[in-house]
Amino acid sequence: MKLNAHNFKENAKKALKDNDLQASLQKLGTGFPLKRLAAMERLPEFEDLRDQARDIKDHTLRHLDFYLEQFESRVVETGGKVHWARDIKDGRKIVYEICEAVGAKTITKGKSMIGEEMAINEYLEEKGLIPIETDLGEYIIQLRNEPPSHIIAPAIHLRKSHVEEAFRKTHTELPKDRNLDAPEDLLVEARTMLRKKFIAADVGITGANFMVAETGSTVIVTNEGNGDLTQTLPRIHIVLCSIEKVVPTLEDCTTLLRVLARSATGQEQSVYTTFSTGPRGETDPDGPDEFHVVILDNGRSRMLGHDTHDMLRCIRCSACINHCPVYQSVGGHAYGSIYPGPMGSVLTPALYGLEKSCDLPNASTMCGKCEEVCPVRIPIPKMLRSWRKKQWEDGPVPTMQRLAMTWWAWWALRPKLYHRVAGWKMRIMGFMGRKSGHIKAFPLKNGWTENRDFPAPEGKTFQQRWSEKGGRRT
Amino acid sequence: MSSRDYILGRIRWSLGRGAMEREDDLSLVERLSQPKANLIPKRGSGTPKQQISLFVKMAKEVNATVSRLKSLDGVPRAVAKYLKDNDLGTAIRIAPHPDLENLDWSKLHTSFGPSAGDDLNGLVMAFAGVAETGSLALTSGAQSPTTLNFLPDNHMIVLKADDLVGDYEAVYARLRRESNSGDFMPRALNWVAGPSRTADIEQTLLLGAHGPRKLHILLVESDGPEG
Repeated sequence: MKLNAHNFKENAKKALKDNDLQASLQKLGTGFPLKRLAAMERLPEFEDLRDQARDIKDHTLRHLDFYLEQFESRVVETGGKVHWARDIKDGRKIVYEICEAVGAKTITKGKSMIGEEMAINEYLEEKGLIPIETDLGEYIIQLRNEPPSHIIAPAIHLRKSHVEEAFRKTHTELPKDRNLDAPEDLLVEARTMLRKKFIAADVGITGANFMVAETGSTVIVTNEGNGDLTQTLPRIHIVLCSIEKVVPTLEDCTTLLRVLARSATGQEQSVYTTFSTGPRGETDPDGPDEFHVVILDNGRSRMLGHDTHDMLRCIRCSACINHCPVYQSVGGHAYGSIYPGPMGSVLTPALYGLEKSCDLPNASTMCGKCEEVCPVRIPIPKMLRSWRKKQWEDGPVPTMQRLAMTWWAWWALRPKLYHRVAGWKMRIMGFMGRKSGHIKAFPLKNGWTENRDFPAPEGKTFQQRWSEKGGRRT
Repeated sequence: MSSRDYILGRIRWSLGRGAMEREDDLSLVERLSQPKANLIPKRGSGTPKQQISLFVKMAKEVNATVSRLKSLDGVPRAVAKYLKDNDLGTAIRIAPHPDLENLDWSKLHTSFGPSAGDDLNGLVMAFAGVAETGSLALTSGAQSPTTLNFLPDNHMIVLKADDLVGDYEAVYARLRRESNSGDFMPRALNWVAGPSRTADIEQTLLLGAHGPRKLHILLVESDGPEG
């Protein structure tokens, strides 16, 4: 997709006024987080598993070259092929050449964020091929020609009526007077239409949640079974993955899987977890004749050893997104990147450049919930702060903001004066809100009170009260 | 420079080192050749009886149904009953596994082999079951076509209680042990927990997305001929 990450503020304003979107987001805020909590409570070892998951990823990243080479040689030994792609352009070309070599026409696709990153569908369409998304959510947004708004629930911004509209517009061979009122009707229609595509496809493309160095396996988790039909039925299976997805052993992969689904949807495990190792063997009655793994870098190797190194631990569970108060208010499209929410605000500037996504590190309240729920304990707020700092140092900050921050810094560097003036301000604000306990409007600061009243302070600053008590808690 | 060398070179450069130290390399090779389990949740580590009841409970939680049988010979009868109770006809496509082929299927219309997409019902043999989450391991091969796991509407899986273990790690250990070579992984190892589902329309959970609409597990608790 085309990056549109510099318009966050405008996009967010629009999103706040979109009633359909707000209804969907409200459901999200109570759905996944509560399910995650219930799953955590059932597993006493969950916190320890998170520590181990983090350590496994850290260890792998420290020896990433070794594990990638091991993975590659295992894939080759089991009859598969590995292709290395420096960037999006490289990756697309590799995929197209594999399709071209076998004279492919239609291609089924399982859900893949690397596929989104490469905008592989657009590219294959330009080349005259027909890629078909098979994950129900991805299929719906493909028909509507829009990007995903969530990394595991791509159509979460849509209502049932949007889906019906898209199906009626596309499935024109079906009777016009058919009933599509219930979600079940929509599902049955998608299942029937896509079944034919699965069977007819020449090539199947899936993503990979993990690559196992020990065995040369790629791993996908799905609930719909579409990923498995995509990779079992066509003659060619192409796996799109990126360098940081490799893990050492099956046991390491298992530890990560134990925290993945629970953090994502609160499931104990996804319905289907599939380990694919090489192409069909001599005695296999089914499966693909060719097994290709495309390993994408696209800037990740530059993140290693630098400020955003820890972000490479991410296993794309979406817990940080599901718990983010900003995402819950504006949804995924506002971020203008295929990676929305907290993880996206760290990753997008790293992959596409800070100058193209300067609003994103600021699209956070720094509440810290993202780090709190991250199964591999990525310090997301710390990295957002480091992007903000870089932004300040390297330039892309609006003039007014720069002036305001310089002004504030002048005061902050003079603590005595700062505390005295802050004390006056508290008294003024306390006076402004003396009747209701709230302030309805600030002069020159409309943004703060546009959508809610500002709670009035009770007269003194924290510092004043702290010193009155002699610096003690009681 | 090839993309491969470029990427690996960049990784080493970013990590601030040249080629790997030999000693380090050896410890990494060992980590791969002698894989060790990480923390395994306690919940799966009961007696066989406890494991069976945990497995059944967890499988039912993810919308699978379970029949418990005393012997393999009872499978055709249990399958026929399930098909009848759910009004699913009498035709069934079965995995060409010797344990299944050798049963008396005279009451049903059976055929053996992979699915081409027009089978309503499919029956396969599980490699293993895991009590921890109520999931089943299906390993592809001549006796176990992968298409049977995803194309038929109704997925039936036979699991011998002897093949039921507490956790995933035990299944990987068994795969390694039985193969005794580096190539112990089947082309496809499918972990299955319940019938397929989606929540992509307004976050409403619906069963029967692209894969099976129903999952029925036939748990055989004893292999003895006398049942």
